[in-house]
Amino acid sequence: MELRKMYVAELSRLMKQNDKIFVLDADLSSAGGTKPLYQEFPDRCVDCGVAEANMTCIAAGLSASGFVPFIHSFAPFISRRVFDQIAVSISYSEQNVKIVAFDPGVTTTYNGGTHMCFEDMAMMRALSNIAVLDIVDGFQLVKALPYIVEHKGSMYIRIVRKQNDALFDDNYVFQFGKADKLCDGKDITIVASGTSLFDAKKATDMLAEKGISVDLLGIHTVKPLDEDAIVASATKTGKVLTVENHSIHGGLYSAVCETLSRKHPTLCDGIGVYDKVSQVGNLADLKADYHMSAEDIVAKALAMLGK
Amino acid sequence: MTYEKFATQIRREALRCMNSQGSGHVGGSLSIADVLAVLYTSHMKVDPQNPKMPDRDQLVLSKGHAGPALYATLALKGFFPMDWLDTLNKLGTKLPSHVNLNLTPGVDMTAGSLGQGLSCACGLALAQKAQGLDNYVYVITGDGELQEGQNWEGAMFAGAKKLDHVIVFVDNNKMQIDGYTNNVMPVENIAKKFEAFGFVTTCINGHDHEAINNAINWAKQDTTVAPHCIVLDTIKGKGVSFYEQLGPSNHSTTVTDEQLAKALAELQ
Ligand SMILES: Cc1ncc(C[n+]2csc(CCOP(=O)(O)OP(=O)(O)O)c2C)c(N)n1
Ligand SMILES: [Mg+2]
Repeated sequence: MELRKMYVAELSRLMKQNDKIFVLDADLSSAGGTKPLYQEFPDRCVDCGVAEANMTCIAAGLSASGFVPFIHSFAPFISRRVFDQIAVSISYSEQNVKIVAFDPGVTTTYNGGTHMCFEDMAMMRALSNIAVLDIVDGFQLVKALPYIVEHKGSMYIRIVRKQNDALFDDNYVFQFGKADKLCDGKDITIVASGTSLFDAKKATDMLAEKGISVDLLGIHTVKPLDEDAIVASATKTGKVLTVENHSIHGGLYSAVCETLSRKHPTLCDGIGVYDKVSQVGNLADLKADYHMSAEDIVAKALAMLGK
Repeated sequence: MTYEKFATQIRREALRCMNSQGSGHVGGSLSIADVLAVLYTSHMKVDPQNPKMPDRDQLVLSKGHAGPALYATLALKGFFPMDWLDTLNKLGTKLPSHVNLNLTPGVDMTAGSLGQGLSCACGLALAQKAQGLDNYVYVITGDGELQEGQNWEGAMFAGAKKLDHVIVFVDNNKMQIDGYTNNVMPVENIAKKFEAFGFVTTCINGHDHEAINNAINWAKQDTTVAPHCIVLDTIKGKGVSFYEQLGPSNHSTTVTDEQLAKALAELQ
């Protein structure tokens, strides 16, 4: 099932139980999938039109009055376009707003450069009072949603609207701030967040065929990071490679390096976007161009291992 | 070429361009074909051989998602080969779905994050003034796009600074992505809103070529030292019956081979 359908089904269930949840959109309720909620909960769904900054502060007002607003748009328009609104009215004001960002990084594909955002996690990580979630699939999102609603504090949540692929299934257990150990290995640690986990998993299998055993950590909570899991794995393998659908500056690679340099200095390299502007293309071409494919992960891991 | 013929060509080539990708922003591309035809036939002072000519008129397609319509126009005008239209959205293309000034000859400003174009146009107009040029800067915004508050910052600036060489077209097709603009977030009385910020305005049928041409001539000749706004009453998907009938869901939709053939049969 498409991720946006799973998202809305679960949000609908939660809205029935919790009359504090509000849904706000900026002319992308049909694109993001929340549209059916407008019939179901007409008093708690608001389309603000193409006006993300306005929507962001409306959400802050709702939050200040005890509601739990979910705001939605494409990643760049709900992060960098409204950064000061988030910084002042949400972060600094210590509000409780759930910021849902569609199609982060290269998953923007055909909407191209203006809609493609490699900086959102960096911006959000730099703000206090905002947790950062990079979601891998619909099951993880659905299992995370009850926690997202209950958690007192704002969150930035990256999702790929039309995604059908799933890494997990209905038995998945979401634990906020905890890494998912997806493969036990001893030669190298691979830490991947969001949909990069698909490529990291593929790379792990490819490396296994070459006799290299990967300790694979899946990260949904980029902030606060599961530092214990990272340090434990780095202590075991001595080499860490991060994989993210984001700029190499300020996202997962930065978070992991910050942790390791403080707690357990370890050689750490990263797969991500290296100072290159966004562009249009299909997903496979984009991943290849930014060197973010499973093959790129394998190559970098081999280089780190001196092979 | 008559306006009529040129506008039909723009629609045909824009659809062909989107067909190369299988889908695209059909509705909002078709609704601006007529204003583009008139602008590029009778008004834009540009040189396809020298697209960065300093004393040229400039167009900011603020509703940057309508790129295919502008690409069709520019290709037909000879800014680049027609076969570029088949490269829409392919990695490394010069024609991304949202316009980019660094990639495409004839594109004067990047757009696609809605609401920024009018402000950029103010900058272009200031630069022209600073260089003693008297070219025009045209802007095309969507009606839904006007919900972005930055448009009104731009309008305030253009009005206050009396940027009389700025001419804004609003493609008032009454639709956005989530439905009819009036249901999502009304932007009614567009002309009155621009007037309140110091613009001189007029409202015309945005598919009537003579009316568009007259309105542009009027805006240029009007002696009021102020920016002008021409509100175009348009139909989203204009020119292709089955796209028009889709209503708001024609915003971003498929252009299959079959749909293209049907559309081309209508666009003669
Ligand atoms: C800042 C920003 N927010 C959201 C979008 C997504 N978006 C693309 S087109 C569109 C609707 C625009 O409606 P309108 O301006 O009326 O365009 P038209 O009907 O001419 O296609 C939206 C919300 C965007 N491109 N930029
Ligand atoms: Mg419109």
